[in-house]
Amino acid sequence: MRTVLGRPRAVGPLWHATATAIALAVLAPLAALAWTALGAGTAHWGHLVAHVLPLAAAQTATLLAGVGLLTALVGTGSAWLVTRTDFPGRAVLQWALLLPLTVPTYIAAYSYVDLLHPIGPFQSAVRALLGVESPRQFRLPDARSMTGAVLVLSAVLYPYVYLSMRAMFATQPARLMEVARLLGEGPWGAFRRVALPMARPALAVGVGLVLLEVLNDVGASEFLGVTTLTTTVYTTWITRSDLGAAAQIACAMLAMVALLVWLERQGRRRRRAGTVHAMRPAPRRRLRGLRAGLAAAAAALPVLIGFVLPAGHLAVLAWQRAAEGHGLSAQVLAGARHSAGLALGVTAIAVAAGLLVAWASRPTGGAGRRRAWWLGSAALGYGIPGTVLAIGLLPPALAMDGWIAGALGWPGLPLMGLGAVLVVACVLRFLALPIGGVEAGLARLPAPLEQVARSLGESPWGTLRRVHLPLLRPALSASALLVFIDVMKELPASLLLRPANFETLPTLLYAEAARGSYEHGALAALLIVAVGLPAVLLLSREPAPASPADDASPAFMPMKEAT
Amino acid sequence: MRSLTTSFRPARRPTGTAAALTGLALATVMVPAVAQAEARPGGELTLYTTREVALVQPLLSAFTARTGTQVNTVFVKDGLLERVKAEGARSPADLLMTVDVGNLVDLVEGGVTQPLKSAEVEAAVPAHLRGADGQWTALSMRARVLYADQALKAGPIRYEDLADPKWKGKVCTRSGQHPYNTALVAAMIAHDGEARTEQWLRGLKANLGRKPTGGDRDVARDILGGICDVGLANSYYVGQMKSSKPGSDARKWGDGIQVLKPTFAAKGAGTHVNISGAAVARHAPNPAAARALLAFLVSEPAQQLYAQTNYEYPVRAGVALDPLIQSAIGPVKADTLPLTEIARHRKQASLLIDKVAFDQ
Repeated sequence: MRTVLGRPRAVGPLWHATATAIALAVLAPLAALAWTALGAGTAHWGHLVAHVLPLAAAQTATLLAGVGLLTALVGTGSAWLVTRTDFPGRAVLQWALLLPLTVPTYIAAYSYVDLLHPIGPFQSAVRALLGVESPRQFRLPDARSMTGAVLVLSAVLYPYVYLSMRAMFATQPARLMEVARLLGEGPWGAFRRVALPMARPALAVGVGLVLLEVLNDVGASEFLGVTTLTTTVYTTWITRSDLGAAAQIACAMLAMVALLVWLERQGRRRRRAGTVHAMRPAPRRRLRGLRAGLAAAAAALPVLIGFVLPAGHLAVLAWQRAAEGHGLSAQVLAGARHSAGLALGVTAIAVAAGLLVAWASRPTGGAGRRRAWWLGSAALGYGIPGTVLAIGLLPPALAMDGWIAGALGWPGLPLMGLGAVLVVACVLRFLALPIGGVEAGLARLPAPLEQVARSLGESPWGTLRRVHLPLLRPALSASALLVFIDVMKELPASLLLRPANFETLPTLLYAEAARGSYEHGALAALLIVAVGLPAVLLLSREPAPASPADDASPAFMPMKEAT
Repeated sequence: MRSLTTSFRPARRPTGTAAALTGLALATVMVPAVAQAEARPGGELTLYTTREVALVQPLLSAFTARTGTQVNTVFVKDGLLERVKAEGARSPADLLMTVDVGNLVDLVEGGVTQPLKSAEVEAAVPAHLRGADGQWTALSMRARVLYADQALKAGPIRYEDLADPKWKGKVCTRSGQHPYNTALVAAMIAHDGEARTEQWLRGLKANLGRKPTGGDRDVARDILGGICDVGLANSYYVGQMKSSKPGSDARKWGDGIQVLKPTFAAKGAGTHVNISGAAVARHAPNPAAARALLAFLVSEPAQQLYAQTNYEYPVRAGVALDPLIQSAIGPVKADTLPLTEIARHRKQASLLIDKVAFDQ
């Protein structure tokens, strides 16, 4: 592994082998899926091409474009407002804007169908205002539509964009904007021609996460009546009992995701690493009067739609349930304990694994590039629907489980029975977050940093511990919090892979929804949001350096937002 | 798990308590499972079910009270077959329970079941509600009925009538690809042939008042909300809604509808009925306990529970309906089509539903 000119090798052989093993672990379920796909015929493609794919592809594209655009707009706009302007309420809104992260898409969808239904509170109020008695005489368009799906998904997914854009705007040096203004640009021109182009990589990262979330969403879009390619996978598999054909469609979608991941990586390949100059971040412009009011309203609206209304609705439902004598049951408490335990465990493992892989494949001046497949493959897990990942993981994981049990002479399937397979599935699914975070964090550090440390006699391990880790702390904690929140919301893999008598909050909620008594799960739903809240509050204190290789970030300044 | 966590330790040490936290978290995840494995006074059995556990819990509790056998449960929605297949000979599953006859037949065809060999089941459940291969049995029945606006004056109605243009913009239903609907369409293919069913589906689609999505209760809610006048839905939700607390939303929806019992147009045909059912897992570690539970589930007290807590139709003759179901729906004349015939046509049904772009 030694490179020319005696450059230091990135990691030792044991580390290298572990990183390879992690990347292979992510690929294992995909390989199992591809194997299933290869085993099936191709007769169904005629039907799909003729009757399903054109419509489903168009719907998927519309949904992706709609949610992508709207989240980019809302995420960028709100991030700009809270980092570059000052208005009453800004200090609260700058963390409150992250709150919708705690609301799973399926909960938002259920809540909004409830709220906006002709006999729901909103339309009832409108009818009362208009003096109309029955919804048969007057009602508004149904929320269960493409428009509804775009709005609902955007309402809870925009924080991914907001998070990375806020970190970007907060660290963009003031000097560049001042130069633009000196050269005669107005504030809007400086934003459009300087700040925004510089923030493009951060925007790509944020919107990329949003799009992958949309692609792997099944519950919300289905409930809102949008039939996507993902729905097609499910219909083929579940309704027509043709797993092979479903695996083929899933693999085709996955190839598209892989292509997108690769393109995105190519796009930022030639970006320079950061400099060590500490730069003064841009000051905030104080807004007054009407403008301040408008800014506050604009920044508060996403919080209202993405968090206050759905969470408030859940709280009302939970309150009504409690009034009927159904408070916190032992079952819900156990669910909360399981969910939080699972989320903590997965977070620790995923962050450690992500750090391990991303650090091992950092560019050290010559040898780094070749391990790009580690990073690329590890990112794939985020783009596939959870059930599909779980189905792919079942054969290899259980074969290994049986083999271990056989070797030790144990009965049954110990790893599955202890929930370890579920933990692994969640780690594989969310590994992309810490890997992306650490990679971006590393890219902000100047390359000579490591060379200096090593030439002063520090070992690779010492370099990581004493140089990189302290600098990567914000990136690590931000991705840890994101993983935690994501696992709290995780449903499909938990549903399929959990051991007997083990319910998480989302599986409890899903069981209620499946038997048509969604409101009975309101408390579980509220707890999902509540347990995620502390994580979001912590996250708001750590501007995530999710943006890769931005040009002039103040690497040695604490990455806290300047005040 | 141990090996995994230790191999990651070097990278995590600087974050201090993370290792301890992971151990604690994983212990939270795992301890209940381990503790469960140790508590086995009267033996135990493991049930994999695509029915929500809360629906069968009263039955399982009654069984445990009677026999002392603990029942461990996993509620799995999609992928039950794949999970049991991958678990193979080491699977802990003893009994597999599903809704929809098609899902049961899938399990049998997937090779994860074994013959029931239960005299109690054969005595209690009529032959047409059991697999001819002796691999599965129905445990309860539900009818696919029509919810209709209270104000609607409707005489006898047939499923085929729903394609009549007079219902334009007035029909609601869940996704066409949901098993409850594919089973209905499969039955129609068996009765009327593929061509007429396709025509019917196109007519029905043209009559929809909203996108086919959500669940069966949404049909009642949307009738109350004025979005539609009639809709296809399962019978037991009527009992659920009408037994909800007075003043609650569900109660309002349930009270806003009347229930019609459509039949197929074919001579002598009846109302479409689907089942919930079960099969013994092929590699059941405790097949005797699985059979004991099955025998209990078809016994008179258990069938009464099915009727009273789940508002379903019992499979055992002579067991009374729940009073709510008796008054709102009453007994149904179940369609005579064999269940296996429905299972046989469901793939064709699903393709047809795609073909007319029903869900789009």
